[in-house]
Amino acid sequence: MSLKGAGYIVGAYEHPTRRATDKSVALLHTECAKGALEDAGLTKDDIDGYFCAGDAPGLGPLSMVDYMNLRCRHVDSTDVGGSSYQVAVGHALESIAAGRCSIALITLAGRPRSEGMATGTATRAGNVAQPDVQFEYPYGPTVVNMYAMCAARHMYEYGTTSEQLAWIKVAASHHAQHNPHAMLRDVVTVEDVVKSPMVSTPLHRLDCCVISDGGGALIVAKPEIAKSLKRPLVKVIGVGEGPKGQMGGDVDLTYSGARWSGPPAWEMSGVKPSDIKYASIYDSFTITVLMQLEDLGFCEKGQGGKFVSDGNLISGVGKLPFNTDGGGLCSNHPANRGGITKIIEAVRQLRGEAHPSVQVKNCNLALAHGTGGSLGTRHCGSTVILERE
Amino acid sequence: MAYVQRKISFAGAPDTNPETKPFWDACAAGKFLIRRCTSCKKAHWYPRGLCPFCFGTCAWEEGSGKGKIYSLSVMKRAEVPFAMAYVELAEGPKMMTNIVDCDLDALKIGQDVKLKFVPTEGGPPVPMFTPV
Ligand SMILES: [Zn+2]
Repeated sequence: MSLKGAGYIVGAYEHPTRRATDKSVALLHTECAKGALEDAGLTKDDIDGYFCAGDAPGLGPLSMVDYMNLRCRHVDSTDVGGSSYQVAVGHALESIAAGRCSIALITLAGRPRSEGMATGTATRAGNVAQPDVQFEYPYGPTVVNMYAMCAARHMYEYGTTSEQLAWIKVAASHHAQHNPHAMLRDVVTVEDVVKSPMVSTPLHRLDCCVISDGGGALIVAKPEIAKSLKRPLVKVIGVGEGPKGQMGGDVDLTYSGARWSGPPAWEMSGVKPSDIKYASIYDSFTITVLMQLEDLGFCEKGQGGKFVSDGNLISGVGKLPFNTDGGGLCSNHPANRGGITKIIEAVRQLRGEAHPSVQVKNCNLALAHGTGGSLGTRHCGSTVILERE
Repeated sequence: MAYVQRKISFAGAPDTNPETKPFWDACAAGKFLIRRCTSCKKAHWYPRGLCPFCFGTCAWEEGSGKGKIYSLSVMKRAEVPFAMAYVELAEGPKMMTNIVDCDLDALKIGQDVKLKFVPTEGGPPVPMFTPV
């Protein structure tokens, strides 16, 4: 049975904070849940399914269901890093289709900025029982040098340049100038990006996303409920997930899990990349965006550099408006996990509720893609395709 | 610029994981082991009890210590800059490692490298590589 249309996104909320020194992580999750319920026109007691991931404090759904005092028939805490929330939408569709819940709440929140976390540049050992740790930790893997190795290999194989990568940040900054909540609102140029300090070759400081506190929430509901609410109808028509690792040593850094999460989502939806009017593409780094665009089929493998150049991702200028809220590169990367904000901006676009300066005309089809974990080692690609009904 | 070696920390101890203790014991004795499947005959990385290609049983063998740089990133924003890399071993698999004892800015993808053990704090030396 196809999951196409089994659920609708009826509520979406992004927390406006980018620095939350005065709030706990649990409170941030709950403020996001409250915001999404108000957006949907539902109340707390309507929720019967709850989805969270590794950013939820304590024992995941148990701690949060207790803190928020929910009564759920179904919980899920699949953790695939920043791509968990696209996966949660897919799993919510499955559980709705199976009759295990009718109204699913998905939350994300965290405060790496308040906690002074050196997100991208510090090596963390993690749990030494994790089978890869002893073979990686001594070598100093950081978030940024792992993504940087993907960029270096892409440049080597396809001739991609730092200037081409810079266009991705330039496009994000053009959008962020209109977002009052964005952390970085100054429009930048290609030159600004390539002249910013080198963090880990070939990635510069402006190739990296922001570190922010905050969060977001989504409500996914079954069709009958969605149609009884007063909000525009945003139907989920395609979902896919694809974890990718080092493949036993056959490491291939030139493509991401999007190569595996995209095809099932496209097939379910019945639409193709050229039909998409707006795309939210996970942007932990500029290279992340470029590789996902190729892997999702928006352009040929190796042609991503050309595709993103000359403002092609800028709303009103190029062919594929992306991350019109400013994305993780300029606006927000709450809990170091950008998956949920990708879906939220796609919902805004489909409802016609994006900022007027970046709103895509007649936006009826959108895609929101996540990449969680580390692109250079083990990560998950997760794809959601949405239609305005 | 003269090469400066950053301090390397080991994670846990060799016997943290009984599956790979022989590997670290060999490192302590100056030997670089790789793991090969007795069924499909493929070598893999990082070492596992069962083959990640066919779940066949595996045996240790001494690696040649030869390889070439598959990808590379010089971490500039670190107390002591260092070269993170994946090296494609002559035996096939690609392993995460560092390229040491060299001009970091002159390193290139595709370059031939050879094994060099680098001491750690709290554990056996770890296999790294240096240009041939
Ligand atoms: Zn085998």
